[in-house]
Amino acid sequence: MRLCVDPDKCEGHNRCYSIAPELFEVDEFGLATTKNDGLVPEGMEDKADLAIANCPEFAISILED
Amino acid sequence: MSNNNPIDSSPREGCPVHDWATDFDVMDPGYNRDPGPIWKDLRERCPIAHSTRWGGSWMPTRYDDVRDMARAVPTLSSRAPGVIPPSPEMREILIQEVKEFGAELPPISADPPLHKPFKQLILPLFSPKAVETYRPFTEKLANNLIDKIINRGKVADGAVDYAQQLPPRVIAYIIGIDETRADEFTEWVRGILEQGQANPEIRLKYRRIIRDYFQEMIAERRRNPRDDAISKLMEAKIEGENLSDYTIIGVCFLLLVAGIDTTWSSIGSALFHFGTKTDHRNRMYAEPELFPTAIEELLRFYSPVKMARRVLEPVAFGGVEMQPGDKVIMNFPAANRDPEVFENPDEVMLDREQNRHMAFGVGIHRCAGSNLARMEMDVALRTWFNRIKDFEVIQPEKVIWSGGQVRGPRVMPMRIAGA
Ligand code: HEM
Ligand code: SF4
Repeated sequence: MRLCVDPDKCEGHNRCYSIAPELFEVDEFGLATTKNDGLVPEGMEDKADLAIANCPEFAISILED
Repeated sequence: MSNNNPIDSSPREGCPVHDWATDFDVMDPGYNRDPGPIWKDLRERCPIAHSTRWGGSWMPTRYDDVRDMARAVPTLSSRAPGVIPPSPEMREILIQEVKEFGAELPPISADPPLHKPFKQLILPLFSPKAVETYRPFTEKLANNLIDKIINRGKVADGAVDYAQQLPPRVIAYIIGIDETRADEFTEWVRGILEQGQANPEIRLKYRRIIRDYFQEMIAERRRNPRDDAISKLMEAKIEGENLSDYTIIGVCFLLLVAGIDTTWSSIGSALFHFGTKTDHRNRMYAEPELFPTAIEELLRFYSPVKMARRVLEPVAFGGVEMQPGDKVIMNFPAANRDPEVFENPDEVMLDREQNRHMAFGVGIHRCAGSNLARMEMDVALRTWFNRIKDFEVIQPEKVIWSGGQVRGPRVMPMRIAGA
């Protein structure tokens, strides 16, 4: 599973980072980026799904499974 | 509501509402006590309601409509973000000032392209990392307040003695102003956001007090620069130019106003919830690991903040045509109860995991203080639950709620069982 954050949609709500700091980073303006090129380590898929489901800007998507 | 309100074109302030679809009243005390059933009815029957009260406005109740509207920038402009419009006198002042100096309270009252540089200016003060540095201060504050509550005895006002006390001190600490004057700051902000909503004289009075105060703070720092947010704003440049005093004052004014009533309301609403729902209260005592989802859920259910937009060109949402000059209420609180998006929306589920709520808005005006507000809620609730053995709201139906722009409990006596 590989995630990406659309920088044009992300508004820095920080929900992804608080749910899954293993998968995301946020900068000082709140903009999120994925860690590890978006690759979701085995066992973290549920957290990845939760981050996707809680982003108020619909900015996180799955690139490939 | 007051009927000496000269701004309203309709003479019906204070008259009961017969049909919320065509005549809603955001200041109605019953609505502000429990708006859920009214939103539910409107969502099914007339999802974008209209009213001529309070200067006239549209009010959406569906998630998708609110979201589309928040993102329709700048067709829906933020130049007048107040839910209750300013008086004609105040509007004249604002129009003059905006001509002379630019947006009054950037970024909240700014549209693109002006909005972004101002937002970027303040965001670093509220990044997740920066906010963690304010946590120890906030924890100490919360513990001191609980000490006082416990010392005083078996009854305390959860709104006045606790929820209200935290946010002004934290934001004062961040801005770099005197925390010991926090009670005054709260009075000023309530003057703007609560009493001042319907009373233009009060609004003008407190606006002047706040602007004069920050003018003084700027003058002080001109003599003796410091390492605080005001000094940083004085050094900051946008497109190579320093900010005018008018703008620096506007940004500080906004941080003070945006940071106090809002967070106070969310902490107070959370205490109201746990102080009236025994099973939920007991569950939090037993399962503190639920705090992260519980806080998001309380933000969803008790969303305190509504904003407004001004229509700049003809536009339609959900089949409703709007004309330039119309006002639209960004009803984030109602959007957060939409059954299309939230399962059992009118029920608080402390472990709700899928919770794409919009309590902090969406789009470019996303609350700049959202990380701070969440940290304050986290500290306030954890400290309360750690230190207080049990508690309950004494007469839930007598709790007084503010309404209009910001909804939250303002008077809420509670029985307290100390440590
Ligand atoms: C639970 C507490 C809070 C809630 C529910 C809340 C809610 C909101 C909402 C809904 C907006 C969007 C405005 C719009 O769409 O026009 C907003 C904007 C804003 N909030 Fe908050 N807020 C809270 C606490 C804070 C705090 C603690 C601060 C810190 C100073 C703050 C500062 C701001 C600022 C500066 C904006 C303007 C952002 C912009 O226009 O880009 N808020 N807030
Ligand atoms: S939750 Fe969404 S909007 Fe918020 S930081 Fe993450 S990607 Fe960005």
